[in-house]
Amino acid sequence: MRTLRLIWVGWKFHVKSLTLSGFFIVTSVIQPIIFASLAYLLFRIGAREGTLLYVALGAGMMGIWSSTLFGSGGAIQWQRWQGTLEYCIAVPPPLLLVIVPLTLATATIGLYSLTATLVWGRLFFDVPLDVAHPVAFVVALPVTVVGLGLLGLILASTFVLYRNANALSNLLEYPVWLVTGLLVSLSLLPGWVGPISWALAPTWGVNALREAAIAGNPWPEIGMCLALGAVYLVIGHFALQHFERLAREQATLSLT
Amino acid sequence: MAVVEAHDLHRTYRTSTGTLRRKWKDVEAVRGVSFAIEQGELFGLLGPNGAGKTTTIKMLITLLIPTKGTARVLGYDVVKDAREVRKRIGYVFGGERGVYERLSGYDNLRYFAELYGVPPREIRPRIDALLELVGLKGREQERAEGYSRGMKQRLHIARGLLHDPPVVFLDEPTIGLDPVGARELRATIASLADAGKTILLTTHYMFEADALCDRIAVINRGQIVAQGTPADLKRDVAQGTVVEVEVFGIPEGTVERVRSLSGVQSVSVEEREQAQLLLVQTRADVELTQAILGQLDGANVGRISRREPSLEDAYVTLVAEE
Repeated sequence: MRTLRLIWVGWKFHVKSLTLSGFFIVTSVIQPIIFASLAYLLFRIGAREGTLLYVALGAGMMGIWSSTLFGSGGAIQWQRWQGTLEYCIAVPPPLLLVIVPLTLATATIGLYSLTATLVWGRLFFDVPLDVAHPVAFVVALPVTVVGLGLLGLILASTFVLYRNANALSNLLEYPVWLVTGLLVSLSLLPGWVGPISWALAPTWGVNALREAAIAGNPWPEIGMCLALGAVYLVIGHFALQHFERLAREQATLSLT
Repeated sequence: MAVVEAHDLHRTYRTSTGTLRRKWKDVEAVRGVSFAIEQGELFGLLGPNGAGKTTTIKMLITLLIPTKGTARVLGYDVVKDAREVRKRIGYVFGGERGVYERLSGYDNLRYFAELYGVPPREIRPRIDALLELVGLKGREQERAEGYSRGMKQRLHIARGLLHDPPVVFLDEPTIGLDPVGARELRATIASLADAGKTILLTTHYMFEADALCDRIAVINRGQIVAQGTPADLKRDVAQGTVVEVEVFGIPEGTVERVRSLSGVQSVSVEEREQAQLLLVQTRADVELTQAILGQLDGANVGRISRREPSLEDAYVTLVAEE
């Protein structure tokens, strides 16, 4: 009970903090809108089969991934800069319970991207926003956010140890967009990409949302997203334990 | 049993220079620090910048793992029982950093109250009482980014006391505060000591240590060079006389020349608005005023005085000896 309360209070705290960051919100909205516009135009010019909603959800998910990626890592780095990282680490609860609410919050803020993309698409590209399975869609959305947030946990753990892990974030943005099928269909990519994409929650998250929106069966994807989230949680827990110990040994928790 | 015990603590940092051909260098920040703090004691760790005060405190509050040696807080090992130690200590670092700037003071305290496991029903009254204690009542709903340095520092104090810890670590808490703010904060620290908290305070302000601490350890270049009550340190170390000479434009090499005079124990220079104050501590059995003036190469001299040594003089002597 206390654990859930800690996660809930921490999540609210970080969502509020991130929402008050004008820069973070603007980048969460502007960048996905630009990519969504490009995707809509390419989709139309290519006269591809399918629905624009399929594209809109992919573009929105790109935003959620970027928010999680830069938010999770960036938030740790930002906490190091503003001097709160040491205060957060030297508290009694395990570091996992301090960082999980933060990464879940960054994934949640990614919903701004999805919303902005869908509204943009509706207003300027006539994207139909009819959802075939509203209940499944409403379930898939938080499950996807949780899956991505827990993937963010693993990324965040590296930032606890390394002061300059930003390079990792920059490296992972575009490749993950590609290998999770957010931009192009996975069937167009080489076979070896398959196992990588299956291990990444955004693949299953976007598929769940698309299946729920466009008359399919989203439940297996929702289940996979949850299962992967559980795996990330276990990996994140051990990674954080390990990296926290190393950070205390190597003195990388503060800037000086 | 002592509340805080440090035995032969060492901490080495590894730093590197260069990009392609990196050269690694070990810097020994703390070299064999040992002390014990008893229940209810206000213990001061005094030293210049870079002496190892913050490194020592970070090892005690579990943020750094000692390279060698052990430390215990309330009987718990700071490495093996880090969680148990964390439950029982509060800590405050000096300076403005360490606050969630975009959120209000109340939000900051509310979040840390949760992290420290304050029971939900007690959170509100506990925060209200602490806001009252540190003088932030009425400003708690404002964003922390609008707080002055002193207000942020007081917010730190409140955060460190949320779970009513029996042991409190204060790392240069008054650094950068204006005189009034620093005095108020010292009063708060004194009230914590009166309430029975065991406190480790690091500072490089002598008068602060003299006014607040029951005992003091002077640390320099990672080693403790003296330990005792303020009166002990003054008696043991600061014997003799202090000659103060106001000089307008102190000539180069003066400090070295004065230091070489027989009977001189330590020499330091304090910058004043338009002059420098040359402080020379000498043995009690010598009279060196004329000899000191003779080393000033005809520079303009203002006020000259002789006085008994203070704790600050004791500190300068200890640090200069190293």
